[in-house]
Amino acid sequence: MKTLRVVERAGSFAENKDVAREIRLNEIEPALAAGDEVVLDFKEVELATQSFIHALISAVIRASGPDILDHVVFANCSPTVRRVVEIVVEYSQDDVAPPAGLPPDEVSTGG
Amino acid sequence: MRIYVPNSAFLGNIEAFVQRLEPTSGDLEVTLNERWVAVHPMVLAMVAAAGAKARRDGATVQIAETPARSLPYLIRMGLYGALGAPAPTDVVAHEAAGRFIPLSQIRTNEDLAEFIIEMIPLLHAPEASDSIKYVVSELVRNVLEHSRSRDGAFVCAQYFATSRRLSVGVADTGRGIRSSLSEHHPVGSDLEAIHLAMQPGITGTSPNFGGNEYNAGAGLFFTKSIARASRNFFVVYSGGALFKLLKGAETADRVLHADSTRDYATRHSDLPEWQGTAIGIDIAIDASATFQQLLDDIYTAYRLEIRSAKKDRFKRARFA
Repeated sequence: MKTLRVVERAGSFAENKDVAREIRLNEIEPALAAGDEVVLDFKEVELATQSFIHALISAVIRASGPDILDHVVFANCSPTVRRVVEIVVEYSQDDVAPPAGLPPDEVSTGG
Repeated sequence: MRIYVPNSAFLGNIEAFVQRLEPTSGDLEVTLNERWVAVHPMVLAMVAAAGAKARRDGATVQIAETPARSLPYLIRMGLYGALGAPAPTDVVAHEAAGRFIPLSQIRTNEDLAEFIIEMIPLLHAPEASDSIKYVVSELVRNVLEHSRSRDGAFVCAQYFATSRRLSVGVADTGRGIRSSLSEHHPVGSDLEAIHLAMQPGITGTSPNFGGNEYNAGAGLFFTKSIARASRNFFVVYSGGALFKLLKGAETADRVLHADSTRDYATRHSDLPEWQGTAIGIDIAIDASATFQQLLDDIYTAYRLEIRSAKKDRFKRARFA
């Protein structure tokens, strides 16, 4: 099990997408690829933007499919962080309908 | 460019200010109402952004004589400093407790991180801190990532304690929303571009609906939704088009639309050209509607409007 303390990298307001991407590329994805469970510990993170959480986890879900969530735990989330995580996790699994004008093959299928 | 700053220009009547812009090239000439000036932070951010562009282009920046009553306000909001003009008089720093964030120029991610840390104490409104942190982060990151603005973003904010309203303005003189989105999406007009930019899943960095690993194309939707959930104004002005989300009646529901063409809003497509993007937002700081509840409303909107089939396949995040 690999535990990542988000506050140590992103501070109490997690909004820097570059930091989120670095965490994902350098730690989350390698750990999951090695078969480890990843605990993203949000203790002392008061608020996170959707953009941050997206850069942190969305690509993992889209690349590996929803079952990868069996290997990721979001720990010690404040209510606002928890809600943002829920939003991103849901839309990252979604087959979303494109707006008029975009052909169906440009729809990200989430997996 | 010529900019006339009227005595009052808030989001409710922002069109009157915008319609008087004269986007001539070269020098910037700013004139102000002769008696009194009190405007939304979006207006100040636009003036500052236009001033930075003019100075960078080697043009002159002129600001007309300012009515004495308005001087303390304009100086303290940082207008003269942002324009590189000497303040006509010194301002005694009474009421330094402020409840405002003066004009700031943000060019890098590091600037933004530092600004967010420093701005919150200036407002003296802890109940508004989550909303403004969120909104400023999303709006400024849009500028830094998409606008190609050589001067970055200009930001300004004010908290009105009596009405418990937080007003934020962000402006740039970059390439504008239409140019940014056109890299990957067919866009017919400035107004269409604004609508697309607010559609979750559309980003200028990817042709794929749903975005890519770095951009979801949801930042403006979230920001608009924060205004909508508290029944307040949200304005996007880019190129010759302006979208203004209206407050709506107190009795109206707070439905959030992913498709902004369905929003209760006014739209203009024949305004003077603003080379770049300017955004203004008002947020009601209501003890009965916390930031958490705003997120709840957004969550509901996503689930109702954006999700499609395959509900049985969905997994929920695991929390501990």
